[in-house]
Amino acid sequence: MLHTFVALVEDKPGVLTRVASLFRRLNINIVSLTVGHSEREDTSRMTIVAEAPDHAAARIRAALYKLEITRDVDEVERNSAVIRELALIKVAAGPKPTRNEQRDHLFSLAEVFKARIVDLAPESVMMELTGSASKIEGLIQVLTESGYEILEISRTGRMAMRRGHHTSRVMKALGDVSKRKAAEDIGNVKKAKKSDLIANEFPEKK
Amino acid sequence: MPKMNPKKNTTNLNAQLTGSEIMWATLVGEGVETVFGYPGGAILPAYDALRKFPIHHVLVRHEQGAAHMADGFARASGKVGVCIATSGPGATNLVTGIATAMADSIPIVCITGQVSSKVLGSDAFQEIDITGITLPITKHNFLVTRAEDIAPTLRKAFQLAQDGRPGPVLVDFTKDAQQATALFDFHAAKPAPARPHPMLKAETPEMLAAIELLKTAKRPVILAGHGILQSNAMEQVRQFAERQQIPVASTLLGLGAFPASHPLSLGMMGMHGESWVNNAIQQADLLLAFGMRFDDRVTGNLASYALNAKKIHIDIDPYEINKVVKVDVALIGDLRAVLNTLLPLLPKKSDASWIREVNAMKGDESVRDIINPPDNGHLYAAHVINDLWRETNGDAIIATDVGQHQMWEAQYYKHDAPRTLVTSGGLGTMGFALPAGIGAKMAAPNKDVWIIAGDGGFQMTAAELSTAVQENLDINIAVINNGFLGMVRQWQEAFYDKNYSCSPILSPDFVKLADAHGIKGLTVTKRSEVIPAVKAARKHKGPFLINFQVEKEDGVYPMIAPGAALHEMVRRPKHDPLIETSEDE
Repeated sequence: MLHTFVALVEDKPGVLTRVASLFRRLNINIVSLTVGHSEREDTSRMTIVAEAPDHAAARIRAALYKLEITRDVDEVERNSAVIRELALIKVAAGPKPTRNEQRDHLFSLAEVFKARIVDLAPESVMMELTGSASKIEGLIQVLTESGYEILEISRTGRMAMRRGHHTSRVMKALGDVSKRKAAEDIGNVKKAKKSDLIANEFPEKK
Repeated sequence: MPKMNPKKNTTNLNAQLTGSEIMWATLVGEGVETVFGYPGGAILPAYDALRKFPIHHVLVRHEQGAAHMADGFARASGKVGVCIATSGPGATNLVTGIATAMADSIPIVCITGQVSSKVLGSDAFQEIDITGITLPITKHNFLVTRAEDIAPTLRKAFQLAQDGRPGPVLVDFTKDAQQATALFDFHAAKPAPARPHPMLKAETPEMLAAIELLKTAKRPVILAGHGILQSNAMEQVRQFAERQQIPVASTLLGLGAFPASHPLSLGMMGMHGESWVNNAIQQADLLLAFGMRFDDRVTGNLASYALNAKKIHIDIDPYEINKVVKVDVALIGDLRAVLNTLLPLLPKKSDASWIREVNAMKGDESVRDIINPPDNGHLYAAHVINDLWRETNGDAIIATDVGQHQMWEAQYYKHDAPRTLVTSGGLGTMGFALPAGIGAKMAAPNKDVWIIAGDGGFQMTAAELSTAVQENLDINIAVINNGFLGMVRQWQEAFYDKNYSCSPILSPDFVKLADAHGIKGLTVTKRSEVIPAVKAARKHKGPFLINFQVEKEDGVYPMIAPGAALHEMVRRPKHDPLIETSEDE
């Protein structure tokens, strides 16, 4: 089963190795991995998709959190999150008379899939498409079945974000004041003092 | 020259110091008094500055020894052990020791030198990517290239080593970081509080479920693990067991966490545990796992492990929950804190029928225990260890190696006090005993320290004898010499048709070897000589070695074959002279 993890990690050299090494140790193949900036300056956000049995997914979560460079880990499911990926697809389509028809057809396909034409070269057309994995696979399938020669595909892999007002509890406890304040303003957090919030959720050891 | 000590304020706290000075000053500030190490090119600036600081440096003979000594120091004291090595081969020699500490969750900080940051990645002389190599065997590691990062990083390393589930942390300092200067402020370098753990709370519903299980349990057993020692929860566990009248089975690393002489103590569980311990676990209706991780050496075949028992698992590491054995209730948190919360919520129990039943299981089995086995002319390792236990009043710190003698020690040396057994459980590192025992002695100079090693493992790190002499350590060494890699031979006997492939081992005359180091030694071949030899070793000031020439083809029993259920143990063979003579009496 495919599992999608969101990990907030320190933005430092070697962090990717630590995360990747954990999957290597468990002998689990990473299907896709995207890394980029998050809303915090020193924190990167990773979305990791892996094919793993359910019991292994729980282990991956715990192991991810065990890494010292990890700030928070979440596992998201399709129905509770927006999951998107971006693809660039380059299709052979030349300027010759016969191929011009192909181009018109390609443009209409792009419109149906809400893909954008981002590059038009004498011999090829590049399309940019964002959406769910199935949407991207849909376009690729139509292109293939329509007899187009696909020259290149580049996919980012999935990015995921939970729907609704969801923020990281750990980030809050780590003292992201602006975010905590925002949460309180919206009334999503019970009327507790900030100090209580942290104390209740993270009782001090000993 | 006055020695620098940031705690005693003998040095200006906000001073410009070299990276090397900052390194030592930070260690002093962290309370370090002893380090174990070996100098070399990339760490020379640090060694040059050492004389200015009140730190005792133990020069080892191999860096593996340094890591094991730091490990033994940490196990015996509960403090962080520190070892130092140079770059390249110095650093790679630490690896086995670091992995040993990782497997047993031991807090050590390993400091390595590294080539100058300007030549990193250029395959410079003695350059090795030690942070890459140790990535999976450390809790965390750091590469430090700037003097100003040394104090904060080192302090963070100390925090990480001890926080939550302890473990080894490695800090790699480039040579230029050691040589550059920076402002040193110990207090400003204090790390931020450890990261909170979202799963770290013994949630109330879980707590209530645990209480409910405890109330209805008729045949509960506590599985006492290393976590009790790590969390310093010995008193809480004792109270828990006594109030609830629950028998306590120990893992190898849990020995000493609950007094062996306590009426509720069953002894060690698992592959070489006594039959009544494993039978009690198999017949239990509730298992309380306290800071243990259901290692394959304690569960036997999982498909038949404690099938009728509900399981409550208390552990600080969420990774351990449901990792091997699916549990009914998981209380994730510090064991002591969890037990302190749990204890007042539980009604006192007085029903002793289960205890009586468990004690009855001991029956004839316990007769086989060699509390005082008679002398039949042969010398058995069990004799040696049992006599050693009685002669030292069970009060010594014992560092064992890995193999048969390790299991005999666990069976026949009754540990009443915590931190009196220093042994490599998870990784099973041969060669561990001597250096770990040296580390333990440095941590507890007033304790009687005995190193028990087999003839195989002892030869792996025997060079550290020289270290013991240089430090004039009053340690006692018992080599259990049977001319075989004993545990390998036992497995070959049981599972490989007695094909003793490469398990007979030739050894030097250990007494002469000791003599060459200026260490007094004795060889013991008869039962009657054991106690006088032990007495002589204890009386002697300085290191002392006894070569116990024991039966060649003795086995550790009971034994659970790999893949067999916990209750399907192979008992001591009937022809075992130990038993025959016991029964003759």
